[in-house]
Amino acid sequence: MTVASFNERSKGGVGDGFRGWWNSLARPAQWAFGVPVILFLAVLPLLNIPLLTTEGTNFGSVMAQFGMYALIAIGLNVVVGQAGLLDLGYVGFYAVGAYTVALLTSPDSPWNQTGDGGFLSKDWAWLACLPIAMAITALSGLILGSPTLRLRGDYLAIVTLGFGEIVRLLADNLEDITGGGRGLSQVAYPRVGVTPEFPLGVFSAGNVGKTLNSGVWWYWLSIVLIVIMLLFVGNLERSRVGRAWVAIREDEDAAEIMGVPTFRFKLWAFVIGAMIGGMSGALYAGQVQFVVPTNFNVVNSVLFLCAVVLGGQGNKLGVILGAFIIVYLPNFFLGRTEILGIPVNGSQIAEYKYLFFGLALMVLMIFRPQGLIPVRQKLLTYGRQLYVAARRRSKEEHAEVTK
Amino acid sequence: MEITTLVAGPVNFNVNALAANFWQLTIDGLAYGAIYALVAVGYTLVYGVLRLINFAHSEIFMLGMFGQYAVLMLLGFTPSGNVYAEGTLLTIVYLGIAMLGAMAVSGGAAVGLERLAYRPLRKRNAPSLVFLITAIGASFVIQEFVHYVLPQLTNNQLGGVNAQVPIRLVAPEEEFTLFGASVTNITLIILVSAFLLALGTDVFVNRTKFGRGIRAVAQDPTTATLMGVSRERVIILTFLIGGVLAGAAALLYTLRVPNGIIYSGGFILGIKAFCAAVLGGIGNLRGALLGGLILGVMENYGQVLFGTGWRDVVAFVLLILILMFRPTGILGETLGRARV
Repeated sequence: MTVASFNERSKGGVGDGFRGWWNSLARPAQWAFGVPVILFLAVLPLLNIPLLTTEGTNFGSVMAQFGMYALIAIGLNVVVGQAGLLDLGYVGFYAVGAYTVALLTSPDSPWNQTGDGGFLSKDWAWLACLPIAMAITALSGLILGSPTLRLRGDYLAIVTLGFGEIVRLLADNLEDITGGGRGLSQVAYPRVGVTPEFPLGVFSAGNVGKTLNSGVWWYWLSIVLIVIMLLFVGNLERSRVGRAWVAIREDEDAAEIMGVPTFRFKLWAFVIGAMIGGMSGALYAGQVQFVVPTNFNVVNSVLFLCAVVLGGQGNKLGVILGAFIIVYLPNFFLGRTEILGIPVNGSQIAEYKYLFFGLALMVLMIFRPQGLIPVRQKLLTYGRQLYVAARRRSKEEHAEVTK
Repeated sequence: MEITTLVAGPVNFNVNALAANFWQLTIDGLAYGAIYALVAVGYTLVYGVLRLINFAHSEIFMLGMFGQYAVLMLLGFTPSGNVYAEGTLLTIVYLGIAMLGAMAVSGGAAVGLERLAYRPLRKRNAPSLVFLITAIGASFVIQEFVHYVLPQLTNNQLGGVNAQVPIRLVAPEEEFTLFGASVTNITLIILVSAFLLALGTDVFVNRTKFGRGIRAVAQDPTTATLMGVSRERVIILTFLIGGVLAGAAALLYTLRVPNGIIYSGGFILGIKAFCAAVLGGIGNLRGALLGGLILGVMENYGQVLFGTGWRDVVAFVLLILILMFRPTGILGETLGRARV
């Protein structure tokens, strides 16, 4: 493939134009554009824009939930979008992360470490648990992955589905440890910003009502984590690991013949995906301060997968958009009685969310199976340099022609 | 210290209870497993022909439960939870009509699903993940249809958040004992009808012209088309068989679990039936039947061995274990194996 034909392919719709422009920017320029966008997204809950904000629920909490879903989507995207492994039990990792934090910090848990004799100080417990939760979730990904990743795609789907259910059932049945259906309460959260007004810190669920409530704080924390994860996953994508993933996704047998150790790289994808899911679970446990098995149903796995597929599997920004749609849309309709003067029964629409998600998925799969923002295959090794070079050259040619 | 609580506390290991009730558990497990087996056939045939996990098959089963319920209501039974005593012959006739109703609803729904959801994708040569996502979407749509829309269409007679008040035609009664285990009339009905249906399906797929078409397409779609087999007709037929058997299974299931008629009632059962299909070797008809029976029996043992809450865990762990040692299931994937 010559540079010219490669460049031609990237001339398409609006999205492609934008994509080409973005890829032609130098790193610092990308940051210069990216940081203000991120900052704008961060202050979004404070602006209270009329048609954007949610009426039925607190917009800050919705955005916090979006942050968690976005992290999940990034993690699941590594597994499904990059490596092409269909994981229907991703909620299992989310649950492992949440329960790790809960078991270590909830007073209801027999393994609580925040009390007397425990190794966690109450103030720093959540932050200390975050890496522990990620490590344990990564380990669970390794334990699940090593026997099952030798299976072919469809089998893997059902085995992971089974794993998701097993985790939930374990949480439900091991009553002496996890509290069973009663769950674990008073999970730790970051104790920062302790003032006389907020005796438990700004992240406490007690910080409600005002514009700058706990949801916004959690949203900000998740934005930081999302940016870190995007950098991490983006670098992986452009590395040897990422190229191996794409090779495995496109044709596993061919990749194996070309000398890619497919099993090892599939396991890596699984473990990294699991770790990010665990991080999101830890966020969830901290924000809600309460974990209970019913929040980790298989249906959630399906919703996570919806976010990835809807946005465009393989594309990091796409899956974040997917996560936003999945979280935001039902909440947007909740409690709304009119949209732009048209009367609607918003709460009923929100109640029917699964019906609409189902229909949307079916229609989307027929007309745009690649998702809203699809991934473009780049020449991965020299991707960015090539983009810059190709664009410069086509500009020069263009200039010559117009002369 | 934690390890001891783990073993002595929430997880039992009650071998005595298993030994004492072994035959009873086996027979009840077989009855449950027969239902799994019938549903599993639907998964396995569709997978064999299209290489598609029909995730919405569990909803086809659920529609069958509502189908037989609607037929019984049309026959004049009012839901009360009490058992009707109609006499043996009349009960069998009513059950037969209800089963036909369930088969019609499920079979029709399965074919409709194929036409509306999967066919447009097939025409576009979509990759298999797209099919699976569509199936998941269809599953949501059918569930939520019964959850929210059906009650509005039927004046709150059918569907909604709560399970239907059962219409019970048969009360469990002991018919005879086998190895000291009591065999109830319901167990007998389930086992006999499931056996007949499974036998009929096996004969149909392995001995008839239509069945040969199905096997031919499963083995090699292109060659089968060249030999004059209509692929589209085979696909419809496959979905129809799967749907009809799921409908029959739905009626048998409601005999066993009268309170199970609810919009979400098919989901877990469907997943386990799919496990059964994978267990036996997906794409393999007899594998699905065998896998269903094994799963039903094993989870019944596990339930007594470890405690009621561990039933589903046993099923999924069994699946993972078997796939680790036999990655293509117990009997392997052989629907398309050549046979004269």
